[in-house]
Amino acid sequence: MSAPLTSLHRCCQRSALLLLVARRQWCSSSASPPPPPLPRHRRLLLFLTQRYYDIEMLVNWKSQLKRKWLEWKNIGPRSSWRSEVTSQYYVLRLRGGFRYAGQSEWFRADHRGRFRQDFLKHKGTPLEEVDMSHTDINFTGLRNLASQQSLRTLKLRGCPYVDDWFLSRLHVFEDCLEELDISHCPQITTGGLAALRNLKGLKRLDVSSLPRIEIAGLVVILLEEMLPQCQITATGYNLDLSQAGGEKEVEELSQRQR
Amino acid sequence: MSAWRRLQVKLRTAPGFFASIQLTRRHARQYGPLTLCRSLSTGSPLQNKYFKDLKAQLAGFRKKASDALPGSSWTPLLVSPNLPPARVDIVIIGGGVVGWSIAYWLKQKEMIREGARILVVEKDPMYSQSSTVLSAGGIRQQFSLPENIHLSLASVNFMRKINDYLGVMNEDPVDLQFNQSGYLFLASEQGAQIMEENYITQRNAGAHVSLLSPTQLKQKFPWINTDGVVLASYGLENEGWFDPWTLLNAFKRKAISMGVIPCHGEVTDLKCTTKMLRSDSDEIMAVKRINYVKVQMLNSLEYQPVECSIVVNAAGAFSGKLTKMLGIGSGPKDSIAGIPLPVEPRKRYVYVVNCPDGPGLDTPFLIDYSGVYFRREGLGGNYIAGVSPEEAEEPDTNNLEVDHQFFEEKVWPVLAHRVPAFEKLKVTSAWAGFYDYNTFDQNGIIGVHPLINNMYLATGFSGHGLQHSPAVGRAVAELILDGNFKTLDLSSFSFGRILSQEPMLERNIV
Repeated sequence: MSAPLTSLHRCCQRSALLLLVARRQWCSSSASPPPPPLPRHRRLLLFLTQRYYDIEMLVNWKSQLKRKWLEWKNIGPRSSWRSEVTSQYYVLRLRGGFRYAGQSEWFRADHRGRFRQDFLKHKGTPLEEVDMSHTDINFTGLRNLASQQSLRTLKLRGCPYVDDWFLSRLHVFEDCLEELDISHCPQITTGGLAALRNLKGLKRLDVSSLPRIEIAGLVVILLEEMLPQCQITATGYNLDLSQAGGEKEVEELSQRQR
Repeated sequence: MSAWRRLQVKLRTAPGFFASIQLTRRHARQYGPLTLCRSLSTGSPLQNKYFKDLKAQLAGFRKKASDALPGSSWTPLLVSPNLPPARVDIVIIGGGVVGWSIAYWLKQKEMIREGARILVVEKDPMYSQSSTVLSAGGIRQQFSLPENIHLSLASVNFMRKINDYLGVMNEDPVDLQFNQSGYLFLASEQGAQIMEENYITQRNAGAHVSLLSPTQLKQKFPWINTDGVVLASYGLENEGWFDPWTLLNAFKRKAISMGVIPCHGEVTDLKCTTKMLRSDSDEIMAVKRINYVKVQMLNSLEYQPVECSIVVNAAGAFSGKLTKMLGIGSGPKDSIAGIPLPVEPRKRYVYVVNCPDGPGLDTPFLIDYSGVYFRREGLGGNYIAGVSPEEAEEPDTNNLEVDHQFFEEKVWPVLAHRVPAFEKLKVTSAWAGFYDYNTFDQNGIIGVHPLINNMYLATGFSGHGLQHSPAVGRAVAELILDGNFKTLDLSSFSFGRILSQEPMLERNIV
């Protein structure tokens, strides 16, 4: 009687172990509302990832490669002959655009990422406006622009990798920056907007449609309080007070503002 | 097994059962197979009840059988599911943020999958007394020791890429809720020179800090009263505060997903072997080696001796108690065994105040020269404030009760003097937490204890454990797996400085 019992027990143990190993992705899942169902190919991938280490490894490698590629793109040109035009090269390589101080011509890359070399003619001239909208610029890439100490306008509309850490690094332009556009950036939160207090000369700020800002009305009021001389644009929010979460606070604060 | 036996008994005591089957056979022969159902359903009430019972028994048996089949966690032996395994490689005592960070980095650095079995023992599953979650959650670079500045910089780099490190596939990304607001230190006339020297150290270490004169300070923060302030230093980047609970859970989630075994229990005993060694100065020392860690389960008599080769003491405020179990500190006065681990719990109060007219979104983490600090909490005009009490007035550490008198006497006057708007504040709530206070020099102790050759210490951070946890975890993992520090040299934080009585004191730092 005992022999089959022990074998059964061992079998159970092993299977339980297998199950534990296979399910370890879910071990620490916390109670949260069920997410919307994934598309079929993602579900299949998830299924395979949870059952085969090899697939899990491949998926990890893929995300690592993606991250490395992003970093590599943002590190910018390193060869010495480009050192005078690092910022310009960097901006054009990421398919952004820029304008030299005292000129009206914009230099941009075309839709295939190619650009003309004639911006090299104005090597020593500082940049006045940089438009990095919808590019992959991130915290690392900002280092390439830090040498432009007469930059007055920076447009970062819809940049997926611009986050709070990026905003905290913007203090390198604290004396010169006058216009900043960070609308439609999916990663920016209120914690990062607090770092904009270092930009003393800021005159215009666009914070429209930031998806991770919850009580937009209150945040805008607080921003106006923090940057009194700055004109703040904030569109694309539902400012209906009856629906917003902290409506009382908003009302209170707006009264105080008046 | 018992289900089988019960079934047999049932079968034996049911004489009507077989008779009824014969009956139905005869019926079937006479009237065809279609009438089978009817003949069964028209049995006597007694039989009916019997069949119901049998059905339930069968269902129960089927359930048990499916439980016992491969693929389920059922076992015939009564095993408590929460017991830790009987044998692991590394036991980490203390499941706070430092403990989980060490566990994560050990797993991150191991060369092969499941190369080391790591157990994290936490005695407080609700984290109701944990220093981690009861802290104010700040991170700064404005220290005076280069080691501390480098620890902060490394931790900040970790937090910036936290999703590359701690992201778990198909789970939500980690959102630390980091507030990039910076620290603002104020210095009086006595502290100004030290602040300037610290500023140079911080700059050399690579931190972005700026010095402000009182006029500049007033210009930058118009709501501040600059009376008595001679100099201020303000962190421009990489400073602020975040949610400690999120960081702790992120470490925990990732470490568990990598195979670390969590356990809720208390280490009540450490079994060790002792070896007598003669030192260079002809002193005989008893060097111990821990073989077993006795883990007592919570609220029960169950315990499990866990055989292990390395123990990491990351018990924070209670790590002194742990080493005392091994006789550290109870030896003769002038020997090494007579020097205790100088870490003890100290109670610190944190008060939440509401002040609608307060400084608002541009509040930094302000630290006055008197030691009083405050920071913004959320967006609704709430702030948290506190101060470290003086050495002579240390509160009792047996409970976590808050002394509201302390706020009125020590904190509020300074707050209201520094920020006049705080004259009209209202205390909305308060809590108390423990510091793992290093009474020797208020800095962390990292490394092996000289008398216990397999216990690694990572404790005594005196209030900066949370902010340094990512870098400390990496350093301890390097110490265990590589034998020495690789990325950051923290050898000056070793226990040796306590033996040689050379304190590493932070200057002008609260």
